[in-house]
Amino acid sequence: MTDVTSTDLDVALVATPAKARARGRAGSARIRFGLTVIILYAVAAAIGPWIVRFDPVATRTQDRLKPPFSRLSDGSLAIFGTDQVGQDLLAQMLQGARISIAVGLATLLLAGTIGVTVGLAAGYFGGWLDSVLMRLADIQLAFPSILLAIFIAALLGPSVVNVVIVLAVSNWVTFARVTRGQALATRRREFVDASRTLGAGTWRLIRRCVLPACIAPVLVVATVEIGHVILAEASLSFLGLGTPASTPSWGVTIANGRNYLADAWWISTVPGIALAFLVVSLGVLGDALRDRYDPRLRSL
Amino acid sequence: MAAYVLRRLFFSVFVLWGAVTIIFVVLRLVPGDPAYIMLGPDADQAQIAALRAQLGLDHSLVQQYATYLSNVVRLDFGQSFRLNADSMSLVLQRVPATIQLASTALLVSLLIGLPLGVVAALRANTWIDRGISVFSLLGQSTPSFWLGIVMILVFSRGLQVLPSSGSGTWSHLVLPTITLALPFLAILVRLTRSGLLEVVHEGYVQTARAKGLLESTVILSHALRNALIPIVTVVGLQFGALLGGTVIVETVFAWPGVGRLLIDSIGRRDYGVVQAAILLVATIFVGINLLVDLIYGFLDPRVRLAGD
Repeated sequence: MTDVTSTDLDVALVATPAKARARGRAGSARIRFGLTVIILYAVAAAIGPWIVRFDPVATRTQDRLKPPFSRLSDGSLAIFGTDQVGQDLLAQMLQGARISIAVGLATLLLAGTIGVTVGLAAGYFGGWLDSVLMRLADIQLAFPSILLAIFIAALLGPSVVNVVIVLAVSNWVTFARVTRGQALATRRREFVDASRTLGAGTWRLIRRCVLPACIAPVLVVATVEIGHVILAEASLSFLGLGTPASTPSWGVTIANGRNYLADAWWISTVPGIALAFLVVSLGVLGDALRDRYDPRLRSL
Repeated sequence: MAAYVLRRLFFSVFVLWGAVTIIFVVLRLVPGDPAYIMLGPDADQAQIAALRAQLGLDHSLVQQYATYLSNVVRLDFGQSFRLNADSMSLVLQRVPATIQLASTALLVSLLIGLPLGVVAALRANTWIDRGISVFSLLGQSTPSFWLGIVMILVFSRGLQVLPSSGSGTWSHLVLPTITLALPFLAILVRLTRSGLLEVVHEGYVQTARAKGLLESTVILSHALRNALIPIVTVVGLQFGALLGGTVIVETVFAWPGVGRLLIDSIGRRDYGVVQAAILLVATIFVGINLLVDLIYGFLDPRVRLAGD
């Protein structure tokens, strides 16, 4: 670090406004990149399984463990190879994209609903309700969330619905905290006082004044969180606690491939790349949206 | 300071009580007889009756909760039916391996993450900074179980230079450490970079420079020291994710720690061990956060003087 000269920092200091503008433009490039990739994944997940059929019970022993770009016995080309029962890996991954994305969205919806409700209640009403709810949030933050997820998943058993419940339970806190902060700030604003003076009731004030102010930060949090949720789902499924083996999410496929590392590297590797690329894109989009609309959330 | 320490200590105990209570509530909320769920369909009537008696399921919920709390305080999580030993002592045997893995990963993350973050901040918006940012983004987005598998493929199967599983020598520690450290390291890089960029605009940094101090002194002992204060808290919180990550990394590399015991015990419905393992990890995590809070209060008087 001794070769640092003061000019480096001076440039950084002087260049701040120009830098901010440059970052704004760069931000829109990042937003376009993130959105493009995510839309591609969403389209692949939506229509892919119709084009490349996936049958979870089919087994074709003559096509077992074929490497990528192999011709199968029925003449079709397996771009990503086949797995231990002769399933086409691409078909399995497209199906997996459907599951992972659906689980991610459902989790966010559930966690977001719980979190926003709790956050609104705590931030708007304050007092003892705020103390109780936020202490509850503190307890949960002080508890490694993957452990909580593992514990609940272990008791409930592997199923898609249970994964959503488990991940929502361990992810609502972020939504609650952001909403609470926003609600606290908004309820003291003049326009809220004005509405109250004009006779607006509590429910109307929350719905028409406070909630709209919370939407932008909540959407930013949701974009940042969905990548984490998809990763967590894959991790749980990998441990055998997420989606069941009959529902091949990416984590399940990667776990399957672990037993065939010596003969078939592609079973675990390829779905992992697909997963990581989606999460990277969500991360890029989330960061860019946050920088643009709500830089205060940077520590998330 | 004494009041601050007491307040933090009280909060830690409160959090642990909360964790214990959450486990109790979840066990009772799951539909069905907890004894039956915990033992599984293969259990015979005598085993179920024994566990029902141990959990006090015939009594009221309040009494069950009291029994549960007193058992937890005495670290009594019952016998492991599978391994025929006291659940808590089984978990405690595995703790050193997990601590070894987690602390090595923590050390590696700090040694690499902090300097990378500083370099990224000093060279903000150059290609070096962008390269480091991309690395950090990839580190945060790569599923660790997948990274572990790929590293086994490359270094154990392909190059055959490092063992893929087990423990004992330093070479067994390399792959699990990298896998566990990467996401944490990535977060550290980001935090250090943004923390440092925030303080280089502060007046005291300009003052330090105006005094004619060496630029390295200005950055390392004036800017970085203040930038580190908020980083310490986040590092404490993120350490929970690191501990949670040991479960996955230990499973991938067959590392004989608490995480692997936890997953094995879940597979065999050995819930005494599961509870003991989860509460022990939670306790370590809460303890570390207590330590972080105390260090924080020590570093920054504003924190301990401000009311809660």
